[in-house]
Amino acid sequence: MTARVSFATAGSRIGQVLVTVAVVFLAAAPWWGGRDDLRLLAEIYAYVALASLWNLLAGYAGLVSVGQQAYVGFGAYMLFGLAILAGVSPIWAIPLAGLSAGALALPVAALIFRLRGHYFAIGTWIVAEVFRLLASQLSVLGGGSGLSLPANVVTGIANSRQAREFLIYWIALGLAVGVVAAIVWLLRSRYGLALKAIRDNELAAQSNGVDIARVKLAAYVLTAIGTAMIGALIFLQKIRISPDAAFSVNDWTAFVIFITVIGGIGRIEGPIIGTIVFFLLRQSLADLGTLYLLMLGAVAIAVMLWTPKGLWGLIVDRLGFEVFPLERRVIIEDGVKA
Amino acid sequence: MTDWLNVIVQGVLVGGLYAMFAAGLSLIFGIMRLVNIAHGDFIVLAAYLALVVTQTLGLNPLLSLAIVVPAMALLGYALQRFVLNRTLGDDLLPSLLVTFGLSVIIQNGLQELFTADPQKLQAGAIEIASIPVIDGIFIGILPLMQFVFAVVIIGALQVVFYRTALGRAFRATADDPAVAQLMGLDNRHVFALAMGLSLAVVAVAGVLLAVRANFDPSIGPARLIFGFEAVIIGGLGSLWGTLIGGIVLGVAQAVGAHLDPGWQILAGHLTFLLVLALRPQGLFPKVRA
Repeated sequence: MTARVSFATAGSRIGQVLVTVAVVFLAAAPWWGGRDDLRLLAEIYAYVALASLWNLLAGYAGLVSVGQQAYVGFGAYMLFGLAILAGVSPIWAIPLAGLSAGALALPVAALIFRLRGHYFAIGTWIVAEVFRLLASQLSVLGGGSGLSLPANVVTGIANSRQAREFLIYWIALGLAVGVVAAIVWLLRSRYGLALKAIRDNELAAQSNGVDIARVKLAAYVLTAIGTAMIGALIFLQKIRISPDAAFSVNDWTAFVIFITVIGGIGRIEGPIIGTIVFFLLRQSLADLGTLYLLMLGAVAIAVMLWTPKGLWGLIVDRLGFEVFPLERRVIIEDGVKA
Repeated sequence: MTDWLNVIVQGVLVGGLYAMFAAGLSLIFGIMRLVNIAHGDFIVLAAYLALVVTQTLGLNPLLSLAIVVPAMALLGYALQRFVLNRTLGDDLLPSLLVTFGLSVIIQNGLQELFTADPQKLQAGAIEIASIPVIDGIFIGILPLMQFVFAVVIIGALQVVFYRTALGRAFRATADDPAVAQLMGLDNRHVFALAMGLSLAVVAVAGVLLAVRANFDPSIGPARLIFGFEAVIIGGLGSLWGTLIGGIVLGVAQAVGAHLDPGWQILAGHLTFLLVLALRPQGLFPKVRA
């Protein structure tokens, strides 16, 4: 008799086949969708990635940040700076923006990790405000009013407009899939085990030899890298940047938090479901303007009070169905061959 | 020279306002480990409430305090009793996310009702009245009044906290909610009273803010941040510390603004980060017995 350890369940195998089919279908979108569809889908991918990253930070590492717009904006400004001032191709500027955000996240963490819990949250917000105010002092990048990517930089990506749009679309899909896959892989690794141990009981984790500060720091830095790459991509697509847009707390934090909470915090699938719900609501309620945001806030509060596990939590509890299970299962196999 | 002296005096006086933002925040954190992300938006809500009261009743803004303060206190009590008490516990996510949601709701609700146009409370001649102190230094009556209000409020909170039965209940619940409950205190009620008191302070701060400067629905988060910075600079858990923290922040901003108008807010944030780097316990942390 032998035993092996596996993550998969019958349901998750079916789920992952469906997800793969969906990704292939979406990768083919340039052949079946119009220009508006591609823009909308790319925006959806950006939110899936941002929400998944915030979920890693708040839902797994227990670092509730309301200042992730700091890294969205930083990544965006890095891309514009590298492309305009250093002549780097915008495509290469995306990973470079991620790496520099990772380097920046270290000293930032050294400061704000001194604040605990709730105070950490407000500390992250102040850091984002500092970034925004510094960006509006950068006169080479348009100061407070911002600037657009020059035409020669834009045509440097690809000559035809269509080729550019396709390329940016695939990068957005690739980044979103890459971010989700990386998080699943991370949470299934030894490191993920440490993260989940900390989430469940910090004291017990520590007494079992988990270096809490290091694990949290790693989550913070990795999230910063991913968030900055997405930020760079979002503003590459927008072509125009300004401090208020790049460091917007509503766009890059409030929406992201509401998406994650409504979908289900502390689960891989939560941010994906949340993003789908968010965009379905937005497409049908966009005319309401500020009222839409108000309603979204009310829904998020209601979810937090009554079903804190979110929509996906309800599904898992009722049906026991998971697409990306993170728990190890021991499978006993009969050694006798038939 | 008088130029700089003036800058510092103005900074100190504005610091009183920041100390009021901070006192309400510090109070509820001390008692129930709750940080109200919507704190700044409640300040703005109080300002709009005063606007409605002064416009419909034709009252002087300062007299409107008689209505705005009890109204906000009641709102605070109800909010804590029926919503926020449900979010308290070891997990800090629920309270953070619910107050964050409240912040978004208040901002967008105010914008829906009052538009995004800036508003201001008109207080009449008192707005521009000032006292000459020495040559070239004038102290505005209004900023001075703001500062005096801050000192009185913090002094009163200090008395409530350490000299009254209510304060004893606050301190007991803060130290050990379970034992406090065994001694016959109803924690839900105590927490709700604390939030009521916090929003009463917020109401005073909101009205004074609205008399001095323009306000619109979006300025709440910045007020939360100023209050928070004052709390951390002053030292967690110390009420008088928040006054010092507010003054340090006010002076930093005034000096920054004097150097370059674009640096006003940034100078405050950088001072906060500097204190966090060099003295994370704050300038005047509460001495632990």
